[in-house]
Amino acid sequence: MDWIAMATGFILILMGLYGALTNRNILRMIVSFTVANTGVNLVLVAVGYMHGRTAPILDQAVPVADAARRIIDPVPQALVLTAIVIGLGITAMMLTYAYKLYEEKGTLDISKFRDLKW
Amino acid sequence: MIRNFAVFLLLLGLAAIFMHLMQGYIPATGLNQTAQYYAEHAAQDLGAANIVTAIIVTYRGLDTLGEVTVLFLASTIIGMVLAHGSNKHRRALQRKLPPSGELLTTGSRLLTPLILLFGAYVFLNGHLTPGGGFQGGAILASAALLLLLTDPLRRFSHRLIAVVESISGLVFVGLGVLGLLLAGGFLDSRILPAGDFGTLFSAGAIPLIYSFVGLKVGAEFTSMLAHLAETERS
Repeated sequence: MDWIAMATGFILILMGLYGALTNRNILRMIVSFTVANTGVNLVLVAVGYMHGRTAPILDQAVPVADAARRIIDPVPQALVLTAIVIGLGITAMMLTYAYKLYEEKGTLDISKFRDLKW
Repeated sequence: MIRNFAVFLLLLGLAAIFMHLMQGYIPATGLNQTAQYYAEHAAQDLGAANIVTAIIVTYRGLDTLGEVTVLFLASTIIGMVLAHGSNKHRRALQRKLPPSGELLTTGSRLLTPLILLFGAYVFLNGHLTPGGGFQGGAILASAALLLLLTDPLRRFSHRLIAVVESISGLVFVGLGVLGLLLAGGFLDSRILPAGDFGTLFSAGAIPLIYSFVGLKVGAEFTSMLAHLAETERS
């Protein structure tokens, strides 16, 4: 059953990319990117998981001397914490630019933006 | 039609790669060398019960500084981009908003102080329990979001947000420099005594650093929310 988290992560990445590539509305594309971002984070956390171990927090249940045999890998978790925060910043910036584009053109349909198309 | 077909092919290829990755994936049976070091030394060296916090604040403290800088940049860019246009065509379009409802108004009045308190709890206990500055900061900002939901025309003081953000950023860097002077290196948290393992006042400067990270992150998220809310023409 350990593969469920990783499989869910991969499926979320595929779903997000599908949404980002097929939707025409910029807001829907942003939501799709957020879904794909969540999938990447889930895969990263799943890589750090080890069967039968617990969270990397030391207390009475996980004594310091025994820690290396009882806890899962803390490094991917620290990495994902960073990734979530940066992902939120990126989402906010995408929303800001979407607002500016709407202000300029009055539409959020990506096929109406032809300025860079030749 | 042909575009959708190309998308389908691309996703099929990616799915094949992912399947291959998953089939070849063998879960690790033991910690790798880095994680082993962190697991064995975090408690003795730093006195932090939460190893993830020890990694984020001390072992990889420079990355956290960079991360906070990226967030600061993002919130600054959002402020810049949104402030540029809105001055030009700021119309006095006094739109009448429907009242937000008794439940939401009373609920937010009750919940906002509790949410702020919970956010402070989460970042003060970051070295003991799951949580920390980033999570606590996000909780603080969710109180601002609740206030904005109740009254979309509410305006937050940008000066206050900027003051909180600058002071906490400066203190964060200042504590890092103190680590350079008094302890082993930049952002070393051992400038304060380690204290009793597992109590609130332990783990050196980690709770202090993480509290200021939490304030900074909360201020940055709130400023993003405030800027996005001000796009509402009113």
